[in-house]
Amino acid sequence: MLGAILRRVFPHPQLTAFLVMIWLLLVNTITPGNLLLGVILGILIPGVTQPFWPDRPRVRRPLRAIEYILIVLWDICVANVAVARIILFKSNADTQSRWIVVPIELRSPEAITILAGTITMTPGTVTAMLSADAGHLLVHCLDTDDPDAVRDEIKDRYERRLKEIFE
Amino acid sequence: MITYALYFAVACFSIGLLLNLWRIRFAPGVVDRILALDTMVVNAIALLNVYGILTGTAVYFEVSLLIAMFGFVSTVAYCRFILRGNIIE
Amino acid sequence: MELIAEIVISLMLVIGGLFGLLGSWGLVKLDDTMRRLHAPTKATTLGVGGVLIASMIYFAVFLDRISLHELLITAFLLITAPITANFVAKAHMHRDVKERDLPKTGGEYGWAGYDEIGDSEQPIDTK
Repeated sequence: MLGAILRRVFPHPQLTAFLVMIWLLLVNTITPGNLLLGVILGILIPGVTQPFWPDRPRVRRPLRAIEYILIVLWDICVANVAVARIILFKSNADTQSRWIVVPIELRSPEAITILAGTITMTPGTVTAMLSADAGHLLVHCLDTDDPDAVRDEIKDRYERRLKEIFE
Repeated sequence: MITYALYFAVACFSIGLLLNLWRIRFAPGVVDRILALDTMVVNAIALLNVYGILTGTAVYFEVSLLIAMFGFVSTVAYCRFILRGNIIE
Repeated sequence: MELIAEIVISLMLVIGGLFGLLGSWGLVKLDDTMRRLHAPTKATTLGVGGVLIASMIYFAVFLDRISLHELLITAFLLITAPITANFVAKAHMHRDVKERDLPKTGGEYGWAGYDEIGDSEQPIDTK
């Protein structure tokens, strides 16, 4: 009974917490009034938009997710330096751009979206397209000699961790 | 020291904006123009924030937040228009 | 304390400015649309990120105002950058790239932009 009521009021608890945080960041001052308004918004918005996302995304291991975010932030910094060196010191003729096909084993849409975003933000790779059966990602690599190594790194560094977090 | 760093950052982002304008003028295709416009939005956000530090007011954060949102939505709308021929189906 | 903050802020501003400039320069220098896509999506995020971290430290140390606004803009840019990059890539491929120029998927179906499959066969449940 209590569980059913809680599910009605908080259809997406993570979204509620996220909205409260966003509201507090937007007003930039933490007062009881702002907190109350944030909580009201956090309950109203998921309730009103409930028909758009009937399922809850499942995050199995939140601690692993924090580790993943830190790894990606570090990789973004490394990626910037790597791309900067290619832009500054390599002539266009020397740069070997390739298409890479990455087979993916992830099945949940959230995990695939995060993987595609991660690939775009990290060293010299941009996700261009998903295959129609959602089994392969088309990745454009700015400069590589060994496309297989890039593919294996994506699978081992990001996909394995996302699989642990979501499945 | 901070003042000089601020002027340096202003110079960098301004030159960046000029380079983006150049790319918009001499682009091989419409997709490059969209990409350049998107980069212009990001550079403008950075420039506004540097100016915010320079004047010591926090008013410009709301402005840059709004520009960030408009920039994102307009880039997506442009691309969608190229992909589908209309924006809302 | 103030000196350290000053050095960190200046460093962040210089790094941010340089990366912002590099992103725009890459947009001019690289010679293919897919390659050009790499420069702004990466370099500019760190460029803006550096400036925003600098302003966060500056307001906290010199004006005694804890301001976490900047985190919101940084997070927003970090989340939207891959999405815009993906959209631009898709628009480019729709206009200028033929399917025969791309590698095969290795699966049964082609790439999503070129291969249409029916709703009943949709492998991911989108509801």
